[in-house]
Amino acid sequence: MHKFFIRSFVSSLVLLFTFTVAAIAKDVKAAFVYIGPTGDHGWTYQHDVGRKAVEAAGFKTTYVEGVPESADAERVLRQLANSGHDVIFTTSFGYMNPTNKVAKEFPNVKFEHATGYKREHPNVSTYAARFYEGRTILGTIAGTMTKSNIIGYVASFPIPEVIRGINSFTLAAQKVNPNIKTKIVWAFTWYDPGKEAEAAKALIDQGADVIAQHTDSTAIVQMAEKAGVYAFGQASDMDKFAPKAVLTSVENNWGPYYVDRVKAVANGTWSQKDTWHGIGDGMVVISDLDSQMPADLRSKVKKLQADLASGKVHSFTGPIYDQKGNLMVAEGKTADDGMLAGMMTYVKGVEGDIPK
Amino acid sequence: MIIDINFIGLIIASIMASAVPLILASCGELITERSGVLNLGVEGMMIIGAISGFALMTVTGSLIIAIFGAMLAGVLISTIFAFLTQTLITNHVATGLALTIFGIGISAMIGKNFVGIPGKEFPVLFEGLKDTIPLLGPILFGHSIVFYFAFALPFITSYFLKKTKIGLIVRAVGDSPESASNQGINVRLVRYACILYGGAMSGLAGAYLSMIYTPQWIENMTGGRGWIALALVVFSTWNPIKILIGAMIFGGLTIIQFHMQAIGVRIPVQFLTALPYIVTIIVLVVISRDSRKIRLSTPSSLGKSFHKDN
Repeated sequence: MHKFFIRSFVSSLVLLFTFTVAAIAKDVKAAFVYIGPTGDHGWTYQHDVGRKAVEAAGFKTTYVEGVPESADAERVLRQLANSGHDVIFTTSFGYMNPTNKVAKEFPNVKFEHATGYKREHPNVSTYAARFYEGRTILGTIAGTMTKSNIIGYVASFPIPEVIRGINSFTLAAQKVNPNIKTKIVWAFTWYDPGKEAEAAKALIDQGADVIAQHTDSTAIVQMAEKAGVYAFGQASDMDKFAPKAVLTSVENNWGPYYVDRVKAVANGTWSQKDTWHGIGDGMVVISDLDSQMPADLRSKVKKLQADLASGKVHSFTGPIYDQKGNLMVAEGKTADDGMLAGMMTYVKGVEGDIPK
Repeated sequence: MIIDINFIGLIIASIMASAVPLILASCGELITERSGVLNLGVEGMMIIGAISGFALMTVTGSLIIAIFGAMLAGVLISTIFAFLTQTLITNHVATGLALTIFGIGISAMIGKNFVGIPGKEFPVLFEGLKDTIPLLGPILFGHSIVFYFAFALPFITSYFLKKTKIGLIVRAVGDSPESASNQGINVRLVRYACILYGGAMSGLAGAYLSMIYTPQWIENMTGGRGWIALALVVFSTWNPIKILIGAMIFGGLTIIQFHMQAIGVRIPVQFLTALPYIVTIIVLVVISRDSRKIRLSTPSSLGKSFHKDN
C-alpha cells in the first residue's frame, strides 16, 4: 500500500512536470481555414502562400481546406481551437458568424477573420485588403487599351467587395475614356473554370475586347488568350497562363500580415484590430506591366500606383454619381471606409442591375 | 445590339463545346447502366481523367499519350469498382459514391505538383474553313478531334445497342442477367467490360476539360459535371440521342443566360442560373413520357447485384 502511494505520487509529479514543461516550451501554433482547395491558384492558394511564410518564420501551422461556410465551419473551428492552436485565421467572408461564435467559447485562442466586419469578442480581429485600389489600376489600363469601348467583367456574387471592385474599375476606366461601357456577367461561383470560361466567351462574343474578372480560376485569361483579347490576372500573377492576353495581375499578398500577427501572439502583444491594407502596405501588389502597353500608359500606371500607395489619389474621389444620377460622393471628397464597406449600388456607367 | 448570323454560329459553337464532356461521360455511363450496373462514380472517374491527362501532357509533352493515358486511368479506377461490385458483390450505390470521393481525393493529391502550370494548346481541325460558310462555318470547323468524336458517339452508341450482336448481349445482361447466364453468356465478363468502357469515356471527358476546354489543372475542376452526366442518362431514359439533346439544352441554357446578362435582359440572375437545371429536366421528362418505351429501355436489373450460383 505504502509503495503504491509513493509510486502514484512520483508518477503524478513526473506527469505534472512534463505538462508544465510542455506548456512553457509550447510553440505558437497557427491554423488556417480555407474555403477552397489550396490548388485553386487563386484566393486560397494565395492564403496558403501566406501560411508558408509563417512556417518559414519558424512557426508551426495547420490548415483545413475546402471548409463550407456552414455549421461545418463551426465544427472545424472548435476542433482546431481544442487541439492547441493559439491563433486561427478564417479566410472567407462566410466564416464571419462561426468565427465569432466559436471565439466566445475559446477566449484564450485568437481569431483572425478575413474580409468580415464583426468583432464581437476581444479575441477576434478582422483583416482585409483594399483590392479596389488594384482595380483602379486595371480600370485605367482597360479604358486605355479597349478599341471596341466594351469592357467585360465576370463577377461572382453580389456582395459589397465585388460591387466596390466593379465601381472602382469603372470609375477609373471612365476617367481615361468616357465612352466605355462595362458589361457585367454574374457567374454565381467563385470557382468553376468551365462556367467562368463560358461567361468570358459570352462577353467576348458580344464585343468586349478587355475582360476583367472577380472569380478565382485562370480559365478566363486563357479564354481571352484564345480569342485574342486582353485580360487581367486575379489574386496571383497569371501571366504564364496567357502571356499575350494578361496585361497585369492584382496579387493578394497576405504573408507579411500573417507573420506579423503570429509573432504578436508569440510575444503576447496581440490585440484586437481591424486591418484594411492596400497597395501602400504591400497587401495588394501589382504584377509586372506587359510590354504591349504603350510606354506612356505604363509610366502613367506606375505614377498612379505610387499615388495610390501614398494616399495622394483615392479610388473613390468625387464627384461620383450612382446609376440614377444621384450624388454619392461630393466633389473634392472621398468615400469613407464605412461607405466602401457597405457599397451596394453601382456607379453611373455600369450597365444592368445588381442581382437581388 | 445587332445579332448577325455569324454571332449565332459562335453561340451554337460554344454551346456544343460545353456539351462535349457531358455527352462523353453520359454515353459511357449509359453502356454501363444498360448492362445493369449503376456506377455513381462518374464524377470521380472524370476528375481522375482530368488530372491524368494533364499530368501526362506536362510530363511527356505528348497529347496522344495524355489522351489515351487519361482513358486508361479511367479504366483503371473503374476496375476497382468492377472488382468490388462484380467479384466481391458489393452494393453498387455505396461503391460508386466511394469511387467519387476516392477520385476527388486522389486527384487532388496527384495534382499538388501540377497547380499553376499552364496547359498546352490542343490542335484544332479545319481551322481555315471556319469563315468560308456563314453560320455553319464556326459550328462545323475549327474544333478538336475529341469534339467530333463526342458528337458522333451518341449515334455510334445507338447503333451499337440496337443493331449489333454485342449490343444485344449488353442489353440482355442488363435486363435479365439470369436468363442471359442460362444462355451461356458470361454476365460478369460483360459487366466488367461495360464498366471499364464507362470508365474510359469518363476519363476522356475529364481530359477534355483539363486539356482542351480550360487547359489547366485545379482541384475539383469537373465542378459536378459528372453528376449532371448521371442525371442526363436517367432523364433521357437510357437513349443516347436524347442524351445529346439534353446535353445541348443544358450547355445551351448555361451559355445563353450569360449572353442575356451581358445584353442586359432584366430577368433575375438567380432564376437564369437555375434555368439550365430546370429546363433540361422538364424537356427530357416531356420527350420521354411514353411509359411503354421507358419500360422497354430501362435496364430492369439496374443496380442489382448478380451472383451466379454454381
